[in-house]
Amino acid sequence: MSGSRENILRRLRDSRETGAAVGRDFTVIEDLQWSGDEAVARFTGLMRAVNTEVHETTREAWPAKLAELCVAKQVMRLALAADTPVGQAARSVLLDTSVETVAYSRDIEDWREELFFQVDAGLSTAAGGIVETGSLFLQTGPDEPRLLSLVPPIHFVVLSRADFANTLLEMLRRHDLAAGMPTNVLLISGPSKTADIEQTLVYGVHGPRQLVVLLTD
Amino acid sequence: MDKPTRQFHVRIQEALNDPQIRANFRRAMDGLMTKRANMFPDPVELERLRDLGAAVRRNALAQLPELLERLEAKCAENGITVHWAESVDEANRIVLDICRRHSAKSVIKGKSMVSEEMELNHYLGEFGIEALEADLGEYIVQLAGQLPSHIVMPAIHMNTRQIAELFAEKLEGVGYIEDAEELTKVAREILRHKFFDADVGVSGVNFAVAETGSLVLIENEGNGRLTTTAPPVHVAVTGIEKVVENLEDVTPLLSLLPRSATGQNVTTYVNMISGPRRDGERDGPQEVHLLLLDNGRTRIHADPELRQTLQCIRCSACMNHCPVYARIGGHAYGTVYPGPIGEILMPQILGCEEVGALPGASSLCGACGEVCPVRIPIPKMLVRLRKEAVDNTGASPVKGGGAQRSFGEAATWKGWEKVHASPALYRLATRTATAMGGLPALGPLKTWASVREVPKPAAKTLHQRLEERGNSR
Repeated sequence: MSGSRENILRRLRDSRETGAAVGRDFTVIEDLQWSGDEAVARFTGLMRAVNTEVHETTREAWPAKLAELCVAKQVMRLALAADTPVGQAARSVLLDTSVETVAYSRDIEDWREELFFQVDAGLSTAAGGIVETGSLFLQTGPDEPRLLSLVPPIHFVVLSRADFANTLLEMLRRHDLAAGMPTNVLLISGPSKTADIEQTLVYGVHGPRQLVVLLTD
Repeated sequence: MDKPTRQFHVRIQEALNDPQIRANFRRAMDGLMTKRANMFPDPVELERLRDLGAAVRRNALAQLPELLERLEAKCAENGITVHWAESVDEANRIVLDICRRHSAKSVIKGKSMVSEEMELNHYLGEFGIEALEADLGEYIVQLAGQLPSHIVMPAIHMNTRQIAELFAEKLEGVGYIEDAEELTKVAREILRHKFFDADVGVSGVNFAVAETGSLVLIENEGNGRLTTTAPPVHVAVTGIEKVVENLEDVTPLLSLLPRSATGQNVTTYVNMISGPRRDGERDGPQEVHLLLLDNGRTRIHADPELRQTLQCIRCSACMNHCPVYARIGGHAYGTVYPGPIGEILMPQILGCEEVGALPGASSLCGACGEVCPVRIPIPKMLVRLRKEAVDNTGASPVKGGGAQRSFGEAATWKGWEKVHASPALYRLATRTATAMGGLPALGPLKTWASVREVPKPAAKTLHQRLEERGNSR
């Protein structure tokens, strides 16, 4: 109701002592820096501490590693992007295996039930990794929709060490996101978890039970 | 003593006498305090981060009307519809209208304290719409027909045995399983189908970014992401104070909140939503709505000191560190927000008539103020609100200010003031007390003395002893 909008804004404007911006000094975050090996060690350490599988591999070798892991984890059907480099590389290597690939190139309404109940794993590309917290930085979009990294029980992610940033602040600045945000930006730090029952940590509630990172050079 | 206050005192007694509540909260709060401390090993960095966190929140509140307008414009640009509600009734009607427009039968919910404030589940239920909580803790509490006892861990008052009994009793085909992992699996299966079927998803918002028109949500379970992504309609409900100016402003808050709350570096998911499904995208809701709720916040905003209440980022560190909360638990407060933040927030929202006694539930030890990641001076504000509750100027800025004022208490303090302002009266009073060997344990003093030793005056007053020494100055 527009009346409510006007009333709320009017009351806020009537408040005393409003209007002056307060300065913010971000150096405490900007000061956080990790170099080379230190960054990799911190990132992988933090990720593993929350039950993430991290496999250090290379740009050439990761598809073979993915195939090996899919077989080991008995993945029957893997959802992936149809047209991204990661999706295409995975598809070609999985052709020779028992793993069936499903391209997420339909609207969710057309295959909702299938995605929710008949897909074992999803594969996506991380736009970056955040060293401070051990987080994957993902930007969803037409190629890699939001549910790809959320609904299947296992989530595989390909991440290049070249895309590390020290902090979220650095990442936001690098991608100039203040100028325009994709519909969904995500930080993912481990498989889904809960401690709502007497603070007992349990992995795999509503999101993926397993998070597997293929960390390339 | 008015009725709500008496109820508060009764609930406190009940909680204190319940060994299960004492044990469940004590164990949980001890664990949370240790976890938080481990997350901030460098005190200098912590203080710098708190400075920045507080500055971000103060900046937002200083420019609140402008930022809300900017948020609205930016959200509109992104395709998010913004609604404004002055009261919880109005907010509930707005959500109901959206549900009806989509002929919704079932609503799935991510954790949202504002929706608790609105009692949205109950409201929608009256109109035949099932609103189901999907956060595991909220799901447990809803199943038990209770309210959350903690703002971050809603079911913290229950142990595994109690939850196993609850599931066996309420869920068809589920036996007694005293195992957190198995119980979680049961809930996952049930809720997955609910997510699949839900017509509308309702979530809260941790931060709303004016600069980009983005809604930032944090969580560990993935229910928040599912709630905001799987159903065709997403409704986010939040208080008007949750806005921040710039995208970068969320970074210190994201660093402070999970560490202060649960002792986590970061939550499993940080979900930044900037609009419904765009052309070419394959999933995501077709509609996103943002509901901005006032419910007394503009009134809080009007007073520069009380406004600091609105800096809160709902981390729960104040309750985790409160010796009173740890002993009586969240339900004893009888309000949506318990603990120190509830003690200062709820009287301002509900009014001093209802809950003016809440700020009294503190020893003013100062722990809440020391751990607050955005530097809300909670102890100072507790004192301020105690004063507002017994205000006699008739000009209290707080709703129902003065409602807790009682003739007896006011007269006692008036007498105290008189005695201490007059040397003659003071001597008379101390001599009388000395002669009587102390104050009689009557009235409020009787209750006080039931668990304490009443101090006994010395045999002679200081004045008397000095006089006996011959006033040899």
